[in-house]
Amino acid sequence: MQLEHAQPTTYNDKVVRQFSIMAVVWGVFGMLMGVIIAAQLVWPELNLGLPWTSFGRLRPLHTNAVIFAFGGCALFATSLYVVQRTCQTRLFCGKLASFMFWGWQAVIVAAAISLPLGYTQGKEYAELEWPIDILIAIVWISYAVVFFGTIAQRKVKHIYVANWFYGAFIIAVALLHIVNSAAIPAGYMKSYSAYAGVQDAMVQWWYGHNAVGFFLTAGFLGMMYYFVPKQAERPVYSYSLSIVHFWALIFTYMWAGPHHLHYTALPDWTQSLGMVFSLILLAPSWGGMINGIMTLSGAWHKLRTDPILRFLIVSLSFYGMSTFEGPMMAIKTVNALSHYTDWTVGHVHSGALGWVGLISMGSLYYMIPRLFGQKQMYSVKAIELHFWLATIGIVLYIAALWISGVMEGLMWRAMNADGTLAYTFVESVKAKFPYYFTRLLGGSLYLSGMLVMLWNTYKTATNGKPVVVNIPPVTAHA
Amino acid sequence: MSDFVHGFWPAFITAISLGGIFGCVLLLWFASKVKVNVADDGSNGHVWDEDLREMNNPMPMWWVGLFIITVIFGLSYLFLFPGLGTYAGKLGWTEIKEYEAEVAKTNAAIAPIYAKYAATSVEDLAKNEEAKGIGQRLFLNNCAQCHGSDARGSRGFPNLTDHDWLHGGSPEKIKETIVNGRIGMMPPMAGALGTEDDVKNVANYVLSLSGSMYDSGRAGAGKAKFGVCAACHGADGKGNPMIGAPNLTDNIWLHGAGEAAIIKRIHEGKVNQMPAWQTKFTPEQIHVLTAYVWGLSNK
Repeated sequence: MQLEHAQPTTYNDKVVRQFSIMAVVWGVFGMLMGVIIAAQLVWPELNLGLPWTSFGRLRPLHTNAVIFAFGGCALFATSLYVVQRTCQTRLFCGKLASFMFWGWQAVIVAAAISLPLGYTQGKEYAELEWPIDILIAIVWISYAVVFFGTIAQRKVKHIYVANWFYGAFIIAVALLHIVNSAAIPAGYMKSYSAYAGVQDAMVQWWYGHNAVGFFLTAGFLGMMYYFVPKQAERPVYSYSLSIVHFWALIFTYMWAGPHHLHYTALPDWTQSLGMVFSLILLAPSWGGMINGIMTLSGAWHKLRTDPILRFLIVSLSFYGMSTFEGPMMAIKTVNALSHYTDWTVGHVHSGALGWVGLISMGSLYYMIPRLFGQKQMYSVKAIELHFWLATIGIVLYIAALWISGVMEGLMWRAMNADGTLAYTFVESVKAKFPYYFTRLLGGSLYLSGMLVMLWNTYKTATNGKPVVVNIPPVTAHA
Repeated sequence: MSDFVHGFWPAFITAISLGGIFGCVLLLWFASKVKVNVADDGSNGHVWDEDLREMNNPMPMWWVGLFIITVIFGLSYLFLFPGLGTYAGKLGWTEIKEYEAEVAKTNAAIAPIYAKYAATSVEDLAKNEEAKGIGQRLFLNNCAQCHGSDARGSRGFPNLTDHDWLHGGSPEKIKETIVNGRIGMMPPMAGALGTEDDVKNVANYVLSLSGSMYDSGRAGAGKAKFGVCAACHGADGKGNPMIGAPNLTDNIWLHGAGEAAIIKRIHEGKVNQMPAWQTKFTPEQIHVLTAYVWGLSNK
């Protein structure tokens, strides 16, 4: 009983190890789903004529798997690693952390079964039916307790910037998930949204865009703020920049949702606000990119030799690119061309493959050897190979969809002198064939890189063994 | 969910929108003014996890400038366009006004092209190559989704290239169909026919009318019961275009051929709809489209 009051001297890395391994495994699974549906767009026969393997059911499986299974596990792994190290204390309530892991895996398995079976709420990125939604909410609240509990018992006075971003991500995602998933059950796997009509659409895209803003941006910025300075062995560039871009980012993102509903039944004023705040979001987003890339000042040469650092820095470049593209696409006149085209899909993937994917891979490459008592990954050459497979894959993917998106947007609006459309819809589909093929090629390269990572992770984990890391003494303030 | 109609809400939205934007500016100003203690190494003196430090380099000026420019753009936009509560914006712009202006502009531009065909009869227009080209483009844009790009239809969607017309194939009737749309309705008839056996017998009688495969014994038994169907389809089963009742003798089956499909229709009935196009097209456009559709089966 006395021991309970003794100060813990080691970090709790078990749950971090579990989430890290599963991030890699689910990454392979989710990206494979993406490659399959990309192939279905090139050769529709690959739907196999079966409902369970049709595009409409596998597409939400792909998005849920890459965002919540791969991205989610990577965020859990890194945040629980980072919060312990930057607070220099053991994880609060280890049992709850264990529950978090198994609860989240149950959510993923439930998604992988229910989505192909056709159970869906029909809300993008919130497809899972109400019983699964409740489990998500319970796991998420446990996560908040573990994370903020750890912050509360920190041994360092100041809360490190990475934890601000992780904290904002945890709170905002809880709010978004609970509000948007509010529904009236009409059976054990069937429900109706609590909102109706355009209000339902607005709540959905308030959720949808903030899933990008808080899940896929704020959370991963938390990752960036720890692993970039650690791997570069340089201090973070600017404290004041981090304060300004943090508060501006979390405030402004909340407003950007209506740009998904330009030129719809949504009232004009709501569309205007969505567009204006999406534009104002440009600078706060770039603040994170500048702070990450400038952290490297004085250490640029390391990019030549360190493939992990290259993952991290190239991810920030893609982050900068897609957060420039996003505000531009939110401008109504640009949106009139880009909306409903492949341009949107290309934009999302420059953020997803480029930013979210690469920053997670870089962070996992930093963390995994340390979790298994190794100095570095089993094969550094394989990290190098992964980097090039991923980068070439992304470039092929987004270039193909830019061209195909702009092309189909222009084809849809082209008119003859007699007022008829110059092209029927199916002509625009036919014209996209070569770009869909190139996209499939890019996606396959990206997936093959992930397979290299899986092999490298397996080798690193089996060559080492789980280690217990001691909490270092708190460094005196300079 | 209730609508937020009270006058408080527009004011609330305006206040937090503007408050948010000015809050961003204030944050920038505050962060550039406030002095952070700087340690000897140029950092803010905090250390985490042995070696994590934060420098306190000033925010890049080009970045601050970019931030300010987006704020100025945003405020200008909200001054010109609707965005702040019930304020309509300096320009008085609305989405619906822009849409209507674009439609009016396009309609004015294309009107002369269609005007020159307005006085020509449908029969003559169907021979005019230029008008046929326009008609085909109208068809491919608007009609092909259901009737197919070759106009041969599919199950539930009539073939427009044969001479089988549910509602009549004269130019006037085709135009009427395009303008007002059509609703075809057959009620479920099994109850009126009697037992399941009766249904099957009538189905075989119906099959016999078009020379399809049928059971002659059942068809004979079904003939007497066909009177119930004759009210719409006629005593001879040749249908009635006045009410859109299909001809059952021509071996053209909109909702599927064979005994099982016919029994299903008798049991379930059918409601089928073609939408009205009068709000989408000008009358002159419908005239050209009518000629194209009529021409498909009157070469």
